[in-house]
Amino acid sequence: MAFAPTPRQLAVIKSCVFLLALLPFFALVYLVATDQLVEPLQYITRNTGSWTLYFLCITLAVTPLRRLSGWNWLLKLRRMLGLYAFFYALLHFTTFLWFDHFFEVQEMLKDVVKRPFITVGFIAFVLLVPLAVTSTNGMVRRLGGKRWQLLHKLVYVIAPLGILHFWWMRAGKSDFNKPILFGLIVLVLLGARVWWARAGKTGKPGSDPRV
Amino acid sequence: ARLAAKRNPAFAVMDKPTEYKDATTYNNFYEFGTDKSDPAEHAHTLRTRPWTVQIEGEVKKPLTLDIDSLLKLAPLEERIYRLRCVEGWSMVIPWIGYSFSELIKKVEPTGNAKYVEFTTLADRKQMPGVGSRVLDWPYVEGLRIDEANHPLALLTFGMYGEVLPNQNGAPLRMVLPWKYGFKSAKSIVKIRFVRDMPRTSWNLSAPNEYGFFSNVNPNVDHPRWSQASERRIGEDSFFTRKRKTLMFNGYNEVASLYSGMDLKRFF
Repeated sequence: MAFAPTPRQLAVIKSCVFLLALLPFFALVYLVATDQLVEPLQYITRNTGSWTLYFLCITLAVTPLRRLSGWNWLLKLRRMLGLYAFFYALLHFTTFLWFDHFFEVQEMLKDVVKRPFITVGFIAFVLLVPLAVTSTNGMVRRLGGKRWQLLHKLVYVIAPLGILHFWWMRAGKSDFNKPILFGLIVLVLLGARVWWARAGKTGKPGSDPRV
Repeated sequence: ARLAAKRNPAFAVMDKPTEYKDATTYNNFYEFGTDKSDPAEHAHTLRTRPWTVQIEGEVKKPLTLDIDSLLKLAPLEERIYRLRCVEGWSMVIPWIGYSFSELIKKVEPTGNAKYVEFTTLADRKQMPGVGSRVLDWPYVEGLRIDEANHPLALLTFGMYGEVLPNQNGAPLRMVLPWKYGFKSAKSIVKIRFVRDMPRTSWNLSAPNEYGFFSNVNPNVDHPRWSQASERRIGEDSFFTRKRKTLMFNGYNEVASLYSGMDLKRFF
């Protein structure tokens, strides 16, 4: 039998994940407060960007992990993980607006239009906003499960856009190791869904009888 | 180790020098890795003695000099230069060396010498980054001969009153304060005087992003970011706007080298 936590255990797990996911943020705060970074502005920008990608991948991993392990309770962590992806994306965007443009929105938007890698990152961020806004139970009810699910399929577009943004950022320095790694991870996570969906339709082995 | 040199006030900007710690721990030197902290961590494996430099090509007197003869070739002086990285940050560094033109005089270039090509050491055993595919090794940089002859072009052996730390390009490097930092080749083993424009590393890697000249120019953006402003390492913080980048990094005395050239095209 697959592990299924009691409500109490689940609450503990949730609290732990909540705190763990905040660690990168506190690590940043610590490094800045103790003046350990030579160029803090760039470090913060890169770091928050990386953590956005990590959390997007982790969030996308919930469904495949659940199917493989039978741990259905993992689903209960998904909203929090997704919101953390948004949290780090928001920090990332804020650093861009703050450090690069000193809150001159007009200048920032010019940059967004002018530079494709920023355009792509910006679109990915904007698309994340409705997902964050509709993450509450109330919003799920208001939208209706079907429509809500359809809306949240946007993440299948957001993650590849995030990879493209990262890839493009690195392009000039031909330093593709990390973008390739992230690209493969997202490919596997999205590919698994396609594969399962197909298997589900044709009823071949590997299909999930619960769907 | 100490390296004695008198400051040349004609070549000393008034900006506050960057902290030694920052200038020696925040480096781009891909032969030792692509992270800013990699050179400081890994460059200790570089052996800077014995070290010889071949000076060859279109010259009447080709030379192979060891580092000690190079150090004695002309009087060393200290110059405080601004350094602007193509990535958008800057430092202010007290370098020690002499004008590269002193070396040019010694080898007597022929009329065919239109450019100078600098080659950095590429030894996998000493440089862990040389295994990576980020660039084609060895690292090659180049200048037009008139640029190389400009008194600002400094053949550099030290900084902050000491011999160059390995991560900063020991035992000798170029410093070209009016150009983006990557134009200043580090840990040089070969200097060639050539007829044709050298095929330089970053230009080969991304010709639309890094031009042969790569003069600091606030009016020509990098495709992925603006070059109009910069962050001075150790000074500019969260609550200050980035400072404006100056044409030729403020070294207007080089402007005559480029008169009549379209610097947007020849970036």
